[in-house]
Amino acid sequence: MASAIDLDDVAHTEREARARYVRRALVCTSTACLAAGAAVVRERLTAVIGEHDEVGIVPTGCPGLCSRGPLVQVEARGEEPTVYTHVDEAGATAIGRDHLGDGTPASDVATVPADLPFFSRQQRVVLATAGRIDPDRLEDYVAEGGYAALATALTTMTPAEVVDAITRSGLRGRGGAGYPAGRKWGMLAEATGDTKYVVANGDEGDPGAYMDRTIMDSDPHRVIEGLTIAAYATGATKGYLYVRAEYPLAIERLERAIRAAKRARLLGRSVLDSGVSFDLEVRVGAGAFVCGEETALMASIEGRRGLPTLRPPYPTERGLWGQPTMIHNVETLANVPAIIARGPEWFAGLGTETSHGTKVFALAGSLNDTGLIEVPMGITLREIVFDMAGGIPEGRRFKAAQTGGPSGGCIPARFLDTPVDYEHLQDLGSMMGSGGLVVMDDTVSMPEVARFYVAFCRDESCGKCAPCRVGTEKMHAFLDRICEGVGRPRDLAHLESLCRTVRATSLCGLGQSAPNPVFSTLEHFRDEYLDLLVEEDVEPTREEVPGEPA
Amino acid sequence: MSPREPRPTVPVTIDGQEVMAVEDETILSLARRVGVDIPTLCYLEGLSVYGGCRLCVVEVNGDARLKLACATPVWADMEVRTDTWDLREHRRRIIELLFAEGSHICATCVSNGACELQDLAATNRVDHIHYDLGFAPNLPLEPVDASHPRYVLDRDRCVRCSRCVRVCAEVEGAAVWEIAERGGNSRLVAEMDVPWGEASSCTSCGKCVLVCPTGALSFKGSAIGEMRHDPEVVAFLARAREEEEWLDRSAGSGSASEVRS
Repeated sequence: MASAIDLDDVAHTEREARARYVRRALVCTSTACLAAGAAVVRERLTAVIGEHDEVGIVPTGCPGLCSRGPLVQVEARGEEPTVYTHVDEAGATAIGRDHLGDGTPASDVATVPADLPFFSRQQRVVLATAGRIDPDRLEDYVAEGGYAALATALTTMTPAEVVDAITRSGLRGRGGAGYPAGRKWGMLAEATGDTKYVVANGDEGDPGAYMDRTIMDSDPHRVIEGLTIAAYATGATKGYLYVRAEYPLAIERLERAIRAAKRARLLGRSVLDSGVSFDLEVRVGAGAFVCGEETALMASIEGRRGLPTLRPPYPTERGLWGQPTMIHNVETLANVPAIIARGPEWFAGLGTETSHGTKVFALAGSLNDTGLIEVPMGITLREIVFDMAGGIPEGRRFKAAQTGGPSGGCIPARFLDTPVDYEHLQDLGSMMGSGGLVVMDDTVSMPEVARFYVAFCRDESCGKCAPCRVGTEKMHAFLDRICEGVGRPRDLAHLESLCRTVRATSLCGLGQSAPNPVFSTLEHFRDEYLDLLVEEDVEPTREEVPGEPA
Repeated sequence: MSPREPRPTVPVTIDGQEVMAVEDETILSLARRVGVDIPTLCYLEGLSVYGGCRLCVVEVNGDARLKLACATPVWADMEVRTDTWDLREHRRRIIELLFAEGSHICATCVSNGACELQDLAATNRVDHIHYDLGFAPNLPLEPVDASHPRYVLDRDRCVRCSRCVRVCAEVEGAAVWEIAERGGNSRLVAEMDVPWGEASSCTSCGKCVLVCPTGALSFKGSAIGEMRHDPEVVAFLARAREEEEWLDRSAGSGSASEVRS
């Protein structure tokens, strides 16, 4: 068996290698920048620079400012870093020739200051090294202190102490519901079974959400480290990374990272010579939103149809193949290495009284700058929208922000100063959700927004339970009538009562929360619905009666 | 513990009635024993619990989060309500939704008069559908599958209760049926969506037809209102298996006449 990696040695060598560079260009190669042409930019830079001892070109994960990609950050010794935006082929040539070549900033390429509030207001824990390191190089992650937390846990802490640290940190699930992570770890640790499993849920599917995708394709080793620490703490010996098929880059990078970690003996038999074994593999989803629901996710991993099943039993009692299983969202697990490395008290000191730590948000919609940010819990929506994302474009007004995707709700302008944490969002009839934040301006019709999300839930309903399968369809039919201007007051009344039944009686979270966008838009924007209603009965005209001649 | 030994009991209140429940039994089994009627559709004694129809929702200890009577075991001092205004409303709406999903025209159905969906509508006083059908009710949505020599499948009358899927897999052991696709497109299919008559795994035992709550599965040749199902047969089979009724005890164990299921 190959010997385990010497983390200190690798980190030292890597840092020395980096120190040789006078200038480095960090080229974002995360999904959004690649889509905007980052591959060409990287090629161009490499071609201009060629083999160079003092200039490095590093493909990195996501620094966050997706709306201005492709991004190239140039770091030079003794200089403030420069962030080039919207870099194209010509821009790359200029950056390579001027800034990397002789140290004079490329004048024709747009830049943003490195202390732009979008960057400076962030507090990066989960994304600490995203956009700073090459996601495909284990050494890069190790140089930033990666896997040190795993080594600490394995060599200086008992599994119970690790569980205790997570409990004291106050970490809560980042997938939406906010369940205390420490409690879940404790339940799995106490459960008995032939094999225990830990699973990372990377089936992120809310419209407008891309937090987990970015974490996975920008810093895959952080997720692996978090999962391995969870396995050690709970006695799990087998893990799965469940990733939706629509994230090919994340899948590719996770698989490469797993291979590298196995070779370095950070995974597999006797991790870091500790005697603790943990095997990990990627499972690719097959295109169903409902597979993000944990019982459906387990069915999918087992190779069955992705249908949710009744809880209890909860996965920690009876999960994959009937064995105790713990499922965590990707972002939750990505918090773990920092908690172990810097201590639970440090983590508990971040954020608010009840919601500790940070939250990654994917900004989308009517904003001047969209992209990925990580902010302390308790920051206000106003700070995010106006200070960090630069406000609403073209002088339009902020109308509402949808958090929590199709399971969440909208937050109107008058609550812009509400702190963003689990409790406050729930009080407003929305939810933290996984971190999608879609901003709508005053040109948007809120009943249309509800119709959009209900259509999404209808299309993604698995069809197992009647209220969700048929209910979402009929909810959509009512919203259709209302949005098309032929809805009557009784349609609205039926819609509301139907929503109550779908919420109260559906089997899983998808159905139970499908009415949320309707409830929350009705709560804050009922007038818009009422304006669309017609008072009198509108009878179909002769032409509209199906199958009958006009 | 031998099956003869009485199991411990716990006190439970159900609709104001104080009763002793057997530990670990479900709310539904308790309710049926003490004469409280909770409507069900996908549930069938002798099959695994599915939890798809959601009609047996009940209130426990006044909690807003409803529980499924078919899947929730009782616990001591539990207070169950099965018949609140909210619950009745929820049930009525679910029944309406089921009617609004397919082409449920009783007057032209083989199971008219012997249909559990029809019974549910009658007992829960559903006499109107407030929802747009989205299709012409008198026209078939999908062609009838009459390829099997003895049975007929009319998917327009299917309520996706999955009784047929479960009885075929769990009792007959043939696993011919599965529900394919998802959401409103989900539909009952034989094997990999072949005409039923071409499904080579089908043993033609007819259990699926006997357990179907509606007219979706019927005996070929049934005229309107002629079809009679017999879902109780599954409970009979399950009990007979559990109690090894087919064991010829007089011949002693290990004899050739011993049939274990």
